[in-house]
Parts: sequence; structure tokens; C-alpha cells
Amino acid sequence: MDSLVAAFLALLRRDLMLAFRHRGELANPLIFFLMIVTLYPLGVSPDVNLLRQIAPGVIWIAALLAALFSLENLFRTDFDDGSLEQLLLSPQPLPILVIAKVLAHWLVSGLPMVLLAPLLGLLLSMPATAVKVLVASLAIGTPLLSLIGAVGVALTVGLRRGGLLLTLLILPLYIPVLIFATSAVSAAAAGLPVAGQLYLLAALLALGVTLAPFAVAAALRISLS
Amino acid sequence: MGKPSPDAAELQAQGLECIRGDRLLFCDLSFDLAAGELLAVEGANGAGKTSLLRILAGLSLPSEGSVVWRGHAIARRRAEYCAEMIYLGHQGGLKMDLSPLENLRLWLTLAGLEANDDAITHALATVGLDGYQDAPTRILSAGQRQRTALSRLLLSAAPLWILDEPFTALDTRGLTLVRQLLDRHADRGGLAVLTSHQPIEVSGPLRSLVLA
Repeated sequence: MDSLVAAFLALLRRDLMLAFRHRGELANPLIFFLMIVTLYPLGVSPDVNLLRQIAPGVIWIAALLAALFSLENLFRTDFDDGSLEQLLLSPQPLPILVIAKVLAHWLVSGLPMVLLAPLLGLLLSMPATAVKVLVASLAIGTPLLSLIGAVGVALTVGLRRGGLLLTLLILPLYIPVLIFATSAVSAAAAGLPVAGQLYLLAALLALGVTLAPFAVAAALRISLS
Repeated sequence: MGKPSPDAAELQAQGLECIRGDRLLFCDLSFDLAAGELLAVEGANGAGKTSLLRILAGLSLPSEGSVVWRGHAIARRRAEYCAEMIYLGHQGGLKMDLSPLENLRLWLTLAGLEANDDAITHALATVGLDGYQDAPTRILSAGQRQRTALSRLLLSAAPLWILDEPFTALDTRGLTLVRQLLDRHADRGGLAVLTSHQPIEVSGPLRSLVLA
């Protein structure tokens, strides 16, 4: 048990360390996220009422695309340099190690989006109550995006050009997250209760945390065999 | 091939068959390996050496047959098997942005062993990387990276080594080093399965398996 905790922490630490040694790449998904959102007022209309109405969808779609964009690297470099092989050959349970990797990925790609969201909410003139719910929905939803995405990445990591396939595989699975999250934020903006949607998202997250690591582990074993 | 002796055999391949794409690489491949025995897998490029080693390591599944370690099929006791086996593949599994020390520290922790910096530094010095422990792996030469990967063999007491081309990129002193490591491993009753395009000179007996 001690060695499992040590392995979990060591892997988490390594992935964070690697991410910070590539600071440039670290910012890519975040800049992507920011750009999509800031382009909307310019491209659609600067009308405050319209922006307020479309803001939840815009921010969430941007978060979704940025998550997709950042996922590619989750197992790619590990696959290329052989450290994924070594991960699979560890005596520690692979699903737990997978959680460490996904957690590291979320900390560097998902968490910054959550932290940046209030600013973007203001940019699109969202009311304060809706901004709160937006942050909550992102805090619950982005880990879910990382977990679901990890399954797709694990399945396609052995393919040379898995990018499009990855999108086709996981985008449909992202849709429920998108629907519940944006509906929560819209409801908050309209002054309606949002607990239902957030609880549903949380339930999905609980399901994701418990099931996705097993699916990822199995997919990795298939991809590497 | 040696005579089958199931009592002494620690590693057994039983009727392995491997199909890659539409090609049958080998079928009905069986061998036993006892403590202290080294097995060289030989064959032309594309004969299935790496595929066989990956099957032995449990990374790939054979289309037929099974690999048995100390009386148990490895698929059933993965964790125990992984704790007693070191696999060194074509890629060393090293992160280019980490130093050899950091790479080995993580590898040891993942292997469930204690990561002791002094022991790692000592192992790196033994493989001829004295002073490189904190340099990024990126700046090391191919031979030095291979040496870094090989230093795992010094840090773990795993009885089974599965080495895919361990002599790649090594200079003559590196070759001698690996031969010494193999000799010592065999003396201690360890097992090794390896592939190489160079003649493997070890002092003990070396069995060979030719994939046609």
C-alpha cells in the first residue's frame, strides 16, 4: 500500500515536472480556450444581451475543444519514448497509475480553465450568480472531460494519425457533459435552481472516476500489444 | 533445445504462436529456462524476436500458448511477475527532459523498490556515467542513454531479465560491461532472455533459440 501511494505520487510529480519544463506547451490549450471565447464578441456581435445568452455555451464549447486539443499529449510522449511500456510493467495496479496521469493532466490543463472562467464570464457580461455556477460546472466537468478523453487517447495512442479518430470517439461522449453544464449555467442566469444539473454532473464524475481508469488501463494494454 | 525439465524450469514458454498482421511469425514455440540460464533469441530482421520478447514480458498476448513463470501463467499473476522481471525494450523508457537520476528514481518507485539516490548514483557510476546523474537525458549520447537504461539491472534484484538488443549503441567497454552483468546475473541464479545482432560472449553457458 505504501509503495502504491509512493508510485502514485512519484508519477504525479514527474508529469507535473515535465509539464513545467515545457512551459510553452503548457499554455497552448489555455490560449486556445481564451482565443475562442474572445473571438465570439468580435465575430458574432458585441450586443450585451446576446452575449449574456450565449455565454455558457461559448465558454463550455471552448473548454471542450481546449480539453480535446490538450489530450493528444496525455500518452503520446510516453508511448514514443517507451515509458508507457514501463508503466504497464509496473507491479502496481495500472488503473491507479492512470488516475495519477489523468490528475496531472487535469491540473495543468483543466484547472487553469476553471480559474480563468470568472474572467471570461465577465468578458461576456454574465451575471455574478451565473459565473459562480459556471466555475462550479467547470470544476466538476473538466475532470470528467479529462477522464473520458483519456479512454479515447488510450485507444488511439498506437495509431500514427489518431487525431481525427480521437475526436470522433470522444466528442459524442462529451455531449452529455456539455448539455448538463450549459443548462446549469443558463438556469443560474435565469434565476432558476441549478442543483439538479450540478448533482447530475457530479454523479457522472463519480462514475467517471470509478470506471474510466479501468477502461483506460485495458485500452492501453490493447494499444501496446 | 535443451531437454524439458519441468521441475527446474523457472520460465516456460508453452506452444507460443504469434501472428502479426497476416503473417505467422512463429508457432508452437516452446522452451524451458532454468535458474542461471541465459537464452539468446536469434533470427533475421522481422523474424519475431521483439514480438517474442514482448510476449514473454507480458506486454503482448500470444495468439496461442502461454508463458509460465514459476509454475503460474503470467497473465494470472501479473503483479508478482512484473515485480520479478525487468524488461528493456528498444526505447529505453527514459524521459528526455529528466536527468538519469530522476528517471531511475521514478522507475524504482514504480517498480515498488526504494529509490535511494546514493544507490542510483553508484549504479550510474558503475555503468560509466559518473557525473551525468543530473544532466538532462536529452544531451546524452545514444550509448549513454542505453547505459542509463542498463543501470536498472544493477538497481533491482529481479531474477528475470528480458533484454531487447542490450548491446545497441554501446562501445567496446560498454559491451564488456553488459557481458559482465550477464555473467554475474547467471552466477547468482538469474535468468535472462536477450536478442542481439552481435555475438554474445559470456563465460557461462548460453543457449540459443533461432527463429526462422
